[in-house]
Amino acid sequence: MIPGPKRPEAPTEEAVQDPSVARPPYLYPDYRATRLRAPRRPLVVLPERLLDPGGPVFGELTPHQLEADLTRQHKGEPLGQRIIVAGTLRDGSGRPIRGQLIEIWQANAAGRYAHQGDQHPAPLDPNFTGTGRLLTDSEGRYRFVTIRPGAYPWQNNPNAWRPAHIHFSVFGTAFDQRLVTQMYFPGDPLMATDPISSAIEPRARRRMVSDLDLGLTVEQWALGYRFDIVVEGSAATPFEEVGRA
Amino acid sequence: MSGAGNTPSQTAGPYIAMGFSWPGRERLLDPGEPGALELEGQVLDGAGQPVPDAAVEIWQADAGGAFPGPGPARWPGFGRCLTDEEGHFRFTTVKPGRLAAPGGVLQAPHIEVQVFGRGLLRQLFTRIYFADEEEANAQDPALAAIPDRDARATLLAQPTATGYHFDIVLQGERETVFFAR
Repeated sequence: MIPGPKRPEAPTEEAVQDPSVARPPYLYPDYRATRLRAPRRPLVVLPERLLDPGGPVFGELTPHQLEADLTRQHKGEPLGQRIIVAGTLRDGSGRPIRGQLIEIWQANAAGRYAHQGDQHPAPLDPNFTGTGRLLTDSEGRYRFVTIRPGAYPWQNNPNAWRPAHIHFSVFGTAFDQRLVTQMYFPGDPLMATDPISSAIEPRARRRMVSDLDLGLTVEQWALGYRFDIVVEGSAATPFEEVGRA
Repeated sequence: MSGAGNTPSQTAGPYIAMGFSWPGRERLLDPGEPGALELEGQVLDGAGQPVPDAAVEIWQADAGGAFPGPGPARWPGFGRCLTDEEGHFRFTTVKPGRLAAPGGVLQAPHIEVQVFGRGLLRQLFTRIYFADEEEANAQDPALAAIPDRDARATLLAQPTATGYHFDIVLQGERETVFFAR
């Protein structure tokens, strides 16, 4: 029998640094790369209201800089199961975040990234790059067409495999609402031994798992997965409240 | 607010460049424009090794202390730079103007910074201040909130021939001060 990876430790209560239970600790030794990259000194709490106003907006992005369909970036269609990934981007008070940037990147159906750093012996797909970018609509909604990524091995620990996932990078209305996360697929047994998703407190882990949604499916063409995203905090400080010097 | 429904953060992973690549986003203005300067530095880990799979994002006011408001803005306020193989990043930007803070205090010129990358389960938050703004820095309420006075120096960008130099040290003796979100 091949030795399986051990089940990672749940993050400690102190490490989670509530209030949100959605925040992973910086230091999570089961994910080896945190050991030399996590700050060891306590984080400094800024006095209230010192955050700089607003955040970036990307309304100037032209259609050719946006790509919501990852299956049409090359001459032919990529191999793999075509899927639709859609949802709504909201802030912590439930307000939709409109016209804001979402970027995604992922492995191909064989579990290989189109990146020179990924040298594991699975085939590249000449018809799949695996990156997409769009702006949410006037109700905060987004929709990508892509293929389901494969699981892949990595070097973190013996026989380590990442569960299939899509990387998401999103912007809120304030700069400190920036969120980078990973979307997983329902029922993936690899999550139990995955040190990256296991760094999240168990009650919050579920929020990174998409739902199979037959309402998003296009009949005879693609399955649909719903992934709603909630960034921390509510609307940004209005500009009027923080004057220029 | 409990924030009970927030989506958890996860690392951007080793292939961050696939998702974050955005040529030109490291230039907030053209290098020939008035006030343009190079803001460069290196991201280093706890062993002093360069971090080649990170991205540095900045958000800052223009030279007059203004952020982009609603409507078309000439000043983007936002920059993004992936680190290179030596962990280096380089922005073309300006030194921002001072900002008002509550209670009639002025903040010293500064730039908000977030760092993403492999090994970072969520981004790090810090600020860049300017070593040649001694008087303003001495009055700055965010610098004053750092209990270890010596550590405040880790947030001071040092003048160079073309602008400023600022290293981001994730861990260790010279560890940069990071802020809670």
